[in-house]
This record gives sequence, C-alpha cells and structure tokens, in this order.
Amino acid sequence: MSLDHKNDAEFHANLIEEVLKAYPDKAQKKRSRHLSVAKPADASEEGGEQNLSECAVKSNIKSIPGVMTIRGCAYAGSKGVVWGPVKDMVHISHGPVGCGQYSWAQRRNYYTGTTGVDTFVTMQFTTDFQERDIVFGGDKKLEKVIDEINELFPLANGISVQSECPIGLIGDDIEAVARKKKSETGKTVVPVRCEGFRGVSQSLGHHIANDTIRDWVLDKSEREFEATDYDVTIIGDYNIGGDAWASRRLLEEMGLRVIGSWSGDGTLAELEQAPKAKLNLIHCYRSMNYICRHMEEKHGVPWTEYNLFGPTQIAQSLRHIASYFDDTIKEGAERVIAKYQPLVDAVISKYKPRLEGKTVMLYVGGLRPRHIVNAYDDLGMEIVGTGYEFAHNDDYQRTGHYVKEGTLIYDDVTGYELEKFIEQIRPNLVGSGIKEKYPVQKMGIPFRQMHSWDYSGPYHGYDGFAVFARDMDLAINNPVWDLFDAPWTKTEPLAVAAE
Amino acid sequence: MPQSAEKVLDHSLLFREPEYKEMFAKKRADMENMPATEKVQETADWTKSWEYREKNFARESLSINPAKACQPLGAVFAAAGFEKTLSFVHGSQGCVAYYRSHLSRHFKEPCSAVSSSMTEDAAVFGGLNNMVEGLKNAYALYSPKMIAVSTTCMAEVIGDDLQSFIIGAKDKESVPQDFPVPYAHTPAFVGSHTTGYDNMLRGILEGFWANAEVTKNETINIVPGFDGFAVGNNRELKRILDLMGVEYTILSDVSDQFDTPSDGEFRMYDGGTTLEAAKNAVNAKATISLQQYCSTKTLQYAKSFDQETASFHYPMGVAATDEFLMKVSEITGKEIPEELRMERGRLVDAMADSQATLHGKTYAIYGDPDFVYAMARFVLEFGGEPRHCLATNGTKPWAKKMQALFDSSPFGAECKAYPGNDLWHMRSLLATEPTDFLIGNSHGKFLERDTGVPLIRLTFPIFDRHHHHRFPVWGYQGGLRVLVTLLDKAFDALDAAGLEPGGDISFDLTR
Repeated sequence: MSLDHKNDAEFHANLIEEVLKAYPDKAQKKRSRHLSVAKPADASEEGGEQNLSECAVKSNIKSIPGVMTIRGCAYAGSKGVVWGPVKDMVHISHGPVGCGQYSWAQRRNYYTGTTGVDTFVTMQFTTDFQERDIVFGGDKKLEKVIDEINELFPLANGISVQSECPIGLIGDDIEAVARKKKSETGKTVVPVRCEGFRGVSQSLGHHIANDTIRDWVLDKSEREFEATDYDVTIIGDYNIGGDAWASRRLLEEMGLRVIGSWSGDGTLAELEQAPKAKLNLIHCYRSMNYICRHMEEKHGVPWTEYNLFGPTQIAQSLRHIASYFDDTIKEGAERVIAKYQPLVDAVISKYKPRLEGKTVMLYVGGLRPRHIVNAYDDLGMEIVGTGYEFAHNDDYQRTGHYVKEGTLIYDDVTGYELEKFIEQIRPNLVGSGIKEKYPVQKMGIPFRQMHSWDYSGPYHGYDGFAVFARDMDLAINNPVWDLFDAPWTKTEPLAVAAE
Repeated sequence: MPQSAEKVLDHSLLFREPEYKEMFAKKRADMENMPATEKVQETADWTKSWEYREKNFARESLSINPAKACQPLGAVFAAAGFEKTLSFVHGSQGCVAYYRSHLSRHFKEPCSAVSSSMTEDAAVFGGLNNMVEGLKNAYALYSPKMIAVSTTCMAEVIGDDLQSFIIGAKDKESVPQDFPVPYAHTPAFVGSHTTGYDNMLRGILEGFWANAEVTKNETINIVPGFDGFAVGNNRELKRILDLMGVEYTILSDVSDQFDTPSDGEFRMYDGGTTLEAAKNAVNAKATISLQQYCSTKTLQYAKSFDQETASFHYPMGVAATDEFLMKVSEITGKEIPEELRMERGRLVDAMADSQATLHGKTYAIYGDPDFVYAMARFVLEFGGEPRHCLATNGTKPWAKKMQALFDSSPFGAECKAYPGNDLWHMRSLLATEPTDFLIGNSHGKFLERDTGVPLIRLTFPIFDRHHHHRFPVWGYQGGLRVLVTLLDKAFDALDAAGLEPGGDISFDLTR
C-alpha cells in the first residue's frame, strides 16, 4: 500500500477535544470513547496482515439520545440490506406503513427480471398495521396477507416477513404463521425478528437476517444442484448500481463459476445452493460474516474477504482468491489483471492529475470507510478522516490495514461532530449519505453519497473503477463550487490584471 | 471490453453492453431457478387482465405500493416550519433516519431531527431516561428555540406518556422550565403523514395557546398542510396575501427551511413561523386551512378560541383559487386587488389558448386526498376527465366529496374515486382502463413503465426530478405552471407519435 501522505495527528486530536466541549458531561464522556486519531501501528504485533495504523475506538454501542445519530435500525439492516435484494421473493414490511415506504426502492439493488411478475425488489408490500392490529395482534392479518400474495404473485418463489417495532412488543408469533404457511403451500416463508428497537444499529438486523437464512433456508431445499470445482458464491455484495455484476464478470473471466449472488440480484435458489460452493467470497464482512462462519462450520465451505474497489485492491484480491484454486484459475487471474491494465492506466492517467493530493473524509456503514481507501489512493487522493455507522471492533482492527497514522476516526458520529470536523478540516471531498449530503454541500464542499453511489455506479471491479474516478472528478472539479460567494461580498481586494 | 477512459459508461449504458447481457442470460439459465420466459410473459399478461383486476380489488389485508407515509413524517414536516425548531422523535432511532432521508430526497435539502434512540431496555422499562437525556443533549448541541416532540410506533405501543415525560425532563433540568417543548402523540398505525401533520401542529399551538389570554385582532392564520411544493407554494401564498394587504400568520412555514441558499454556510435552521407569531396567532380572528384533511384537529382547536375557521382542498386551478381569495376577502374585509384579477385572466387566457390540446384527455390521479381533489377539479376546468382518482389515505367521506365533484361536470361522468386503495390497484385500473396521463409522484414511474401511461409528477414525493417544488402550483400563477407541465407532456406525447420513420405525420412545427 502506497499511502505516502501523513495526517496531522495533533490537529485532529485538538479537534476532538474542541468538539467534545459542546456536550453535557455524561454525553461527553460517552462520546469521547468513539473518537480517536489513528496511532502508529504496533510493530511488535505478529501474524495477520501488516497494519498501517491502530484505529481502536469503542463501537457497536447504543447511540446517545438526542444527538442526531446517523444510524438506522435492525429492520433497515435486514429488509433494507440483506433480504430486500433477494429478487424472486416478496418481502413483507410487517407492521405500520412507514418503514416500508421510506425504504421503498431506495437502495438501488439492481436486478434483472419482470418486476411484479417474477421479481419484486422495487415494490413495497406491507401489512399496513392499524390500531386494531396492535390491540388484537397481527398474526391473522399476516396469514391473510401471505395468502393474498400467493394468489396475486404466483411466480414468487418465497416470502420473508420483516418485523417492524410493534411485532415484538405485542407478542405475535410470526414463526408459527411461517411454519403453517410453508406447510400449506410448500413455499419458503422466512420470519425475521428485525424489529427496529433491537440492537443499536442496522448491524443486529444483518445478524438476525443471516440467522434466518441459516434456520429457514439452508439445507431446506431438495432441489438438485450439480457442483463443479470452480464454484464460488459472492456474499455481501448488494449490487448497488450493478456492483455485483462488475465483480461477477471478473470472477467468471478468470475461470470461476459464480453459483450465487448474496444478495444483490440474487434468488432464493442462489441462497440455497451456496453450501455447495468451494469457496465463499465475502465483500461486506460486516453484514454477512455470520453466515459465512456458519457455512464453514456446518458445510465445510471456507470463506475469504476480498475488495474490488480500485485496481490495487482488485489485483490483490483476484490473486488472493485464485490462491485457493489450481493453476488454471491462477493463470486466469493474471490474464484478467493484464487484460484490464490498459484500462486502469488510461483511467489513472486521465483522472489522477485532476485529483492528486485532494483530501477526503468518509462516513459510511460498516465496510466502505476502509474498503474504498485504496481506490482513492490509486487516484492520488488522501483520506484524512473516516468512520462507521455500525462497525464492530473487528472492523476497526481491519481499518488499521488501510488508513494512515493521524487519520481522524469517528464511530457513530453525530450530526454536530461531523459538521464541526468537516468545517475545520475542510477536505476537498466528503463521502457519506443522503442526510449528510446537503449540509456539506451548503458549506461549499463537494460531496458524493457513498451508500447509493449518488445514483451512479457501479464502483466495483475495473468497469466500476472508471465510473468511480469519473464521479470523484465531476464532484470535485465542477465549477459551481466557485460561485458560492457573491462577487460584491468578497473581502480580499480584486486582483489587478496589470500586476 | 465495454469500458473505456475516454467514454466512461455507468449503469445506464454499461449493462446494455453484450458482455453483460450474455452474463445475465447465463446467470438466469444456470443459477437462478426462475420460471421459463413464456411462463413469465403469460403471467405478466394475466396481471393486466380484468380477471386479475377483480382478484386485486378483492384484497382485504395486503397493501402493495401504498401512496401514504406514517404520522411522524408529517409531524417532523410541521415542526420544521417553526423558527429554530428541532424535531425530537421519541422511540426507535431508525425511524428518524428514515424521515430525514425521505424529506431530503424530495427537497434536495438538509433535514435535521433527533431521536431518543430507544432500544430493548427502553421497551421494557419505558423511555423516560431517553427523554431526559435526549432533551438535554439536543438542547446543548443544537441550540434550538423550541423542541417539538412526536413519537414512533414503538413508544406508542409501550404507552409512553409524553406530557409526564416532558415535565419529568424539565424537573431534571434537561431544558429550562420555560423552554417550549410542545408534543404530539403520532402513532404510525393510525392515519397517515397528514394526520401526523395535524397532530403536531395542534400540539405546537396548544403549547403556545393553552391558558392564553385572548385579545382579538384582525390577523388571520393560514395552515398550509403537508405539501411537497411548500417551498414555492408558501411563497406564492405570501405574495398573494401581501398583495391583498392582509395581516396573516402562516402556521408552519417550511419555505425557507427547505430552500436554504448555498453560500458556504450550513443553516440548520432558517426562516419559519416565529415563536412570537405562533403565540400571538391565538388572537387571530380566523384560521384558514388550505388542506382540510391535514387539519381537522387543528381547526377544531382554533375554533375553541372563537376563531372563525374555513378549509379548502389545496387551492390549485381557477375556481379553487377564486374561492380561497373570496373567503380571505370576506373574513378580512380586504378587496381582491386588480392585479390578482389580471393574473386570473392570464391563467384563463392560457387555458383558452390550449384548450384544444387538453380537451377530453383522460387522467388517473393519486396522492393525498386534498391534492387529488384539487387536481381533479382543475382537470375538469379545462375539459379533461379525471377517470381514476385514488388516495390511499382517503376515506369514504372523501370519496363522496369526489363523487359530488364529478357530478358537477359533464366531464366527470365516467370518473370514480378510490379511497384506501394503493398503487397496485392503480396498476390494474390503468391496465384495464388506460388513461392518457397519470398524475402522481415518483412512485408512479413503475406504473408508467408497466402500463405505458405517461407520468406527470405533481405531488410529494418527487425523488427523481429536481427542483419542481421550488415553483408554486397554488394560485393563478401556480395554475399556469401546472397547465404548462400538463401541456408539455401532451405535446411530447404527440411528438413521440410522430417520431416513427416513414413520413412526416403528426410532427407539426406549430401546435
């Protein structure tokens, strides 16, 4: 890794101190544990990957009330992230109308199919709870809703029940409903207890969703599937803007057979056949490591993490993946890397001169705050601050593989902190979510949404790297940022041409 | 290789390239276990049949693509219209992330709100501690002048009592005793975002008005209601009222909050009804709501202070604007100025100029009940037929009112209102009885794709087109904008028909 810039550790440490002053005592104490500056890596540490820095902060802890956390909930983690993209199943937002409404078709999980006929991702199915459902319970309604889905959408291959807050509070037995309906129709019905009040963020929703795949999907189908020696499953790629497709192409080109896409553009069958893979490839470790560990234990399928953001990581990952296979695949990996080298060179020579030395602050979910770092580095851009909404300790450990000493680290950042950090650091680019986009842009700082790729993408793979580079360039180098000050309000004297 | 540095292809073109198409086909054939293409086509055709429509309308429990959101969204919207007011939503935190995202995606603006971040322990013990700590933190960090508390369904199901919690929090010095913390219970399982708007607005007024000594004055209060076009509409409303010389208070004015300038400063709060004005609004002689279905409780409350009340259904189009102006004139005694009569004449002039294009065109309309009523009424005014009018949060009385509207015009003869139905019902309507145009929001794009009926985006939420909300649709000026939007779509449809090669047919230079 060639991250050869240095961050100003002292400046960042002072910033943290400054920002914490605004909090009442108790909150200050709590928040101080989530903010830090990446320290020099512990050189004595043995084994594992070599760390660039040490990024330890407290994480995966309850958000403090009233501070404007950017986090979502377990429902968002299950319905929005893990289950929602499974395209041939109907996912019921079980409870009041809002959760399903706000998350309706917002994550850009691309898929092929005929929506409303054989695929259902960009639709909003809800039991639309009314007061009587809260009072009398919603199990009967859920049964009826499942019947109606089966009648109106005969090609749906299964149903998942995504619980909203009230379900767990009113004592409904959605598992019983699922079992009953499954036995009546033979179709898979998955009850998911992802009520929004569970856990501290989206993260528990991922975990719960993983567990339901384990308990209600794997080893349940008797469908035949013929495996080969080169079978892999893509896990934790939600195909945002087509990411999983840009990834799949590379894996297939190097000779592997992708038997499942979890869960972007995926089907129930692809979930079911994953245990037949020779290797599970996990992109988003945070949201799907649980099921990989399960398949390792139960089915003996090894798993490995990979990263297809930017050419440095792509080449490293393809070689790493190939190392699990024979020479055909190893040669395949080299062939693919060589094939795309001219594209990489062309993209870098076009965009690097326009982006070199630009500073970036990131705040995203549980993976990208570290995974994208090298893609920026490939373009000569420097990460000065990064943080996660819902990472755990192991994510911050991994972050040390990517970011430099002196980088500002913020966990579960609050609106107040992020605004102050950005205001003081004034990076050339901020990458975060829709809620952060407009405040940052108002400050005159270019911004890209790094959950949805700001309606662009793909960003994975070589095809995606070109789009990524183009987007960072268009964000930073758009002339609109120079128009913020009305010329008559400028304080400095105007330059005189004759001088 | 489809990708290149010279011409970077993103998702819109990249996946149309043969390499990807081939990959999709292979994936489908080998890995997906999906039904055969013929079976899919057969089923797709069936979903557009009359038989399917009947099954679809026989649904009793399942809601598919509803056109409504939940109460707290409306509460957050209503609170955003008051000076330096921070919404504090008591309950699970994910909800607040959703409201903020939803409003930001529509307005392309920041949307600030905080949560009391209740989790499992609060579900067991109640959220009092979350309220105490949350108010303290929000007050310290974000320096609001008022904190407006609403609830997610979690807090409602466990029965948290906002009033006692807020008193408790003040006793523990979370905020000063005299700091305004109005509240409203906004259960997501009752009504919709329009109900939440009403509840929160009433809650805020109650905070200011309860026990107030009333000294009547000549001002009037205007309640705009939940409105995705509030930025343009409220400013137009103020222009009109200023022209009339009326003294008024807009109760919840989000027009600046959701339209802050880019000049290097992030304004977390901007504009809004001042707290002083909100307080004094109790003295008004009347409160007028521009959206009846957003303001039942608020008007009731205003009435309890001996205020005259009146309500409208989104003053869009000629007669609806006439009625609103005449009512304001009647209440305030101010005459409608000549300038507005001129504006009216210009709108009518434009409608007359274009009547041939729009006469007899048929429409499907969906959205909030007040909007649908207004849109249908305007369509009838220029000789169109609002065939399918649907409001997921519409009630039977609303449908009755819609029927009365249809009955008032020969163009309404074949029109029908659908209360409580959703956009999957609308799909069946459009598949079996297509109209020339569909008027709704961004969610309608799936209907447009499935049925080929062109979509016109004129109501919240609009995620996939930018800045429309910055222009008014209310008043005569707003009517002009709506008219032009419809005309553009109609002309585009005509031109599209003329694009087919093989002659110069229907591709007229002048229309």
